Amino acid sequence: MKYAFYPGCVSRGAAPELFAATVEACAKLGIELDFEPMKTASCTGSGVLQEKNQRLGDTLNARTFALAERSGLPLLTICSTCQGVMSQANQRLKSDPGYLAEVNADLSEEGLEYGGNADPRHLLWVLVEDLGLDKLKSMVVRPMTGFRVAPFYGCYLVRPSSALDLDEKPERRDSLERVIEAVGAQVVDFPGKTLCCGFPILMINETNAVKMVANHTTDAKSRGADAMVTPCPLCHLNLDGYQPQASSMHAQPIDLPILHLPQMLGLALGIDPKAMRLNKHIVSTEKLLSEVAISA
Amino acid sequence: MDVSLSVRRFNPDASRPEPYFQEYGIQVEKSATVLDALIKIREEVDGTLTLRCSCRSAICGSCAMRVNGQAALACNTKVVDAVEQAGGSVVVEPAGNLEVIKDLVVDFQPFWGKVRDVEPWLQTAGPEPEQEYIAPNEDMLHLAGVMSCIMCGACVSDCTVLEVDPNFLGPAALAKAYRFVGDPRDDANAGRLSNLNEYGGVWDCTRCMQCVEACPKGVDPMGRIMALRDRAMEAGFTNSHGARHAEAFTESVEHSGRVDELRLPIKSKGGIFNVPEMLKLVPVGLRAQMKGKRPPIIHRKNPGQHNVRRIFEKVEDKR
Repeated sequence: MKYAFYPGCVSRGAAPELFAATVEACAKLGIELDFEPMKTASCTGSGVLQEKNQRLGDTLNARTFALAERSGLPLLTICSTCQGVMSQANQRLKSDPGYLAEVNADLSEEGLEYGGNADPRHLLWVLVEDLGLDKLKSMVVRPMTGFRVAPFYGCYLVRPSSALDLDEKPERRDSLERVIEAVGAQVVDFPGKTLCCGFPILMINETNAVKMVANHTTDAKSRGADAMVTPCPLCHLNLDGYQPQASSMHAQPIDLPILHLPQMLGLALGIDPKAMRLNKHIVSTEKLLSEVAISA
Repeated sequence: MDVSLSVRRFNPDASRPEPYFQEYGIQVEKSATVLDALIKIREEVDGTLTLRCSCRSAICGSCAMRVNGQAALACNTKVVDAVEQAGGSVVVEPAGNLEVIKDLVVDFQPFWGKVRDVEPWLQTAGPEPEQEYIAPNEDMLHLAGVMSCIMCGACVSDCTVLEVDPNFLGPAALAKAYRFVGDPRDDANAGRLSNLNEYGGVWDCTRCMQCVEACPKGVDPMGRIMALRDRAMEAGFTNSHGARHAEAFTESVEHSGRVDELRLPIKSKGGIFNVPEMLKLVPVGLRAQMKGKRPPIIHRKNPGQHNVRRIFEKVEDKR
């Protein structure tokens, strides 16, 4: 299983722990990450660049898809937002040959052409669809028994359902819950799991963004969660990074550790928490790790 | 078929008015909608169950409510599908983000107030034409989708911003605003966009796409909000956190191929001389610094960035 690895901006910026954990966990799982094909790939635009110019965003993503096609490898993402923005762009490009041809004209100078065959996949989907949950279960050396985890998907990995092929691939709808179970933990279901963390408006309306953090983390906690896990580093930046503000809004500490998906995998696969930088979170993971008898 | 519905009830006239769930078991045809089931309950089981409905054909927009946690028109949702989704009892609740008057009936007054706030009528300048105002067909086509809105409030029900901030204009009113901003006959765009650029307007949307999924008519409210952002920036309304954020983000991708997470917040907040805003960033910055999560100070370009920059030039030239 070899993939053209698209790390995204955040795993190389404000969430370096995601990058470290991904590399460690994928190595254990036998998911080979090829860094070469995506070395010159740009940001997806994250939906923000698209506010200014959607055509520009689609062209940048078509370039990334063309690079993946040239490598002959499937594209792997580790960010719900990267995945969703790519899936949406891909849907527009694949459904309109005239549009694809126009976009390709802007790539031709670099000698690139997108043939419409890229199939970007989030690591979460790769676990369920390519690796398989039984295989994942068989690789668990430190089952997270008794550990209660709330899932938090990130909007772009659940909507719009048409771009994400959720009707054709219904297993994607509850993939995160199934992975939580596969590592031996207990799922804490809560209505916020598919809603917005607030990150996109953090720089625009911080009060609203932090209220969303407060609502989701306190709700999950009140339902018994020991931790929350997310396949989206942007959700992580808000749910972890702004939890102190959310706590002051509630006048009491919320104290809910937020794990990146590969960190949760890594814990179950026996990877050293420090190698996955679990000691580098804003909300401490120390108590959590001691409860599962792992020291950070 | 036998089905059971778990309906959230609320009676303001009860001695202690608290919402509660009531289970109803009934028999319906396989072709029945959730609305058919609710009407059957009201007519045959419990005459006190209160709901709004009229056309039963997804035209009037009266029966928006939450089915299994998601906003939908009850008349447009098959019971069999809802049962399959629920894996048991179908959960029926009133629409979200609007106050419940009784059972499944919510108060639409704030909804209409916000639609009124965007002045949803044609505002023209110059002398009136002798007959009707004429617009070229192709200029109106992009409005066909948004004109399909039946004002059912499904998008408002599931909007994640309205859940934390009732001041937000919300997806329905903003989609309606786009309908007039995008109309070639309308001459009030400067004022409209100026209002929409304010707190509670286009920049407060999180782009979560709940409204896109909830809309039974394919209006794509979020897409309209994004188009309004673009039009506001094009019209020169660039002095907002949101516009600066979009601008700085795009510049960063053009410069280095990826986001400069260190400078993006500073630029979005109006630069380092906006002292009050900068002070607010300090605690977050310090916490990140202490945990080794501060983005690199020197923001390196991706290799081969000239190819990405060329795309920017080519595509932006076309606008």
